[in-house]
Amino acid sequence: MALTETARTPQLYLQHLSRWRPIEIAFWLATLLPYWLTPDYLSLASQIAITALFALSLDLILGYAGIVSLGHAAFFGIGAYTAGLLSKYGWGEPLTGLAAAAFTAAIVGYATSFIIARFRHLALIMLTMGFGLLLGELANSAGWLTGGVDGLQGIHTWNLLGYFHFDLYGYTAYGYSLAVLFVVFLGARRLIHSPFGLALRGIRENRTRMPAIGAASRTHIQMIYTISAALAGIAGALLSETTQTVSLDSLSFERSAELLVMLVLGGAGRLYGGLVGAAIFMVARDQFSGIEPQYWYFWIGVLLVVVVIFMPNGVLGGLAKIYARWRGR
Amino acid sequence: MEGPLTPALSTRGLAKSFGSLIVARDIELSLPQGARYALIGPNGAGKTTLINLMTGMLAPNAGQIFLGEDDITGLEPQERVRRGLTRTFQINTLFPGLNALEAVTLAVAERRGIARQFWQNVSTYKETIEEAHDILVKLRLGDSCYQATRELPYGRQRLLEIALALATKPKVLLLDEPAAGVPPEESGDIFEAVASLSGDLTLLFIEHDMHVVFRFASHIIVLVGGGIYAEGSPAEIAANPGVREVYLGTRKHD
Repeated sequence: MALTETARTPQLYLQHLSRWRPIEIAFWLATLLPYWLTPDYLSLASQIAITALFALSLDLILGYAGIVSLGHAAFFGIGAYTAGLLSKYGWGEPLTGLAAAAFTAAIVGYATSFIIARFRHLALIMLTMGFGLLLGELANSAGWLTGGVDGLQGIHTWNLLGYFHFDLYGYTAYGYSLAVLFVVFLGARRLIHSPFGLALRGIRENRTRMPAIGAASRTHIQMIYTISAALAGIAGALLSETTQTVSLDSLSFERSAELLVMLVLGGAGRLYGGLVGAAIFMVARDQFSGIEPQYWYFWIGVLLVVVVIFMPNGVLGGLAKIYARWRGR
Repeated sequence: MEGPLTPALSTRGLAKSFGSLIVARDIELSLPQGARYALIGPNGAGKTTLINLMTGMLAPNAGQIFLGEDDITGLEPQERVRRGLTRTFQINTLFPGLNALEAVTLAVAERRGIARQFWQNVSTYKETIEEAHDILVKLRLGDSCYQATRELPYGRQRLLEIALALATKPKVLLLDEPAAGVPPEESGDIFEAVASLSGDLTLLFIEHDMHVVFRFASHIIVLVGGGIYAEGSPAEIAANPGVREVYLGTRKHD
């Protein structure tokens, strides 16, 4: 990175690591392009923004603290049903809906974090998956509350800020989802450059060493798991508010698994990995399912295999490597 | 007798076994403040096990551990570290993807109780960073502190092991073969670094090289088969015929 290391104080060096790079600014400006380039695809763009937010929440635990979850849709679903139910029973204000969803998901996340923080590796994957399945079946059987397989009907989202109507074309939906994604991203970016973010990377890099430097990693894990659950809840609430429906698949195992695929595609532990992965996955699904409605998963499989073999750190990891090689010449 | 002061670290009747294999039997230790103890013994004597027991990474079957006057037997490892009992590892147990500055800053942040601050940028904690950097400079790692740990030469990784431990401001430091795997000409550097640590620090180190042991230790404990076989000043240990037989061999030490 062409650091004139001797000229820097350690403090300036650490500050330098968290500066905004031009490519980041370009990335966020590019997220506005769908308004001009693909106005017919704004609902897809909005789905991508929501999924990107969901992937970001997983990245915080997987990419930064090394906690693999195959049940993260549980919190997405909790958020979606919380906002949906609030709206169905008379409170359709979107921003407070998000807050309520974040709060509910955080409580469930905190409660389960006591178990999560005690396990690692395969046991952890099975636990998160089991917890996800369990919640999915609960929602299925509680048809009186969730609408069961028919989904939650009768959601009406009020105008955003009392002014912007949620239109059929997705103008408001995309702007809203993108704005929420951006705000959450800013928060997540702050978090990973904080001392707590450093501690999370410590857990990912070597959990055994953490107690030997006096760190209570379990409490750290509980904290980030709760935060991640809250953010997944916000993503779920965004989906139910913008689509004005909630179905059981918001809680499904497929959603958890696809999320993991997106993060692996994009590159975990880079903040942008989930965002890029979500965009690649959703666009690929949209295109492939247009070409081959029945077998589109085949192509997702091909994409995953190719990326994992040739870019083990995801598309962003691969690009970073190519860039570094190019700079090094 | 050690004098009127309470020992910095002591154990009483410490015992541990895995099934029928006894790895620690009735260990009675007492490290006076500021002492430099060497723990020696043949492979499998239970030296690392003893460190694991004292730092809480293994639970003993019987016995107690005291840090100063406090019984710490039931405390979690990180709790013991916060009270001043820290260890290093024989096999590098570092943070491969962090650079030395980040790793030591993390350890200092944990000690200062700011590791759960999730809103302020790390770089705003000037004192924490400077303290971390000072430790690195003291161990002559200042010029490579921006390099990822996994890219550091092995000898420097061994020094980083010690730097991480120092960042916790230990009262008692347990070093598990600090120079393990380092060529003999460099192992001196590592022990020089250890020796330059403050005189208040109580030290226990495991080491196989008898030259190093006799040079740096004020007191030696010989562990055989999980029990303390002999204990005394370097001269006493060197003169002990039993020790020479079981451990030092018949080779005379100069």
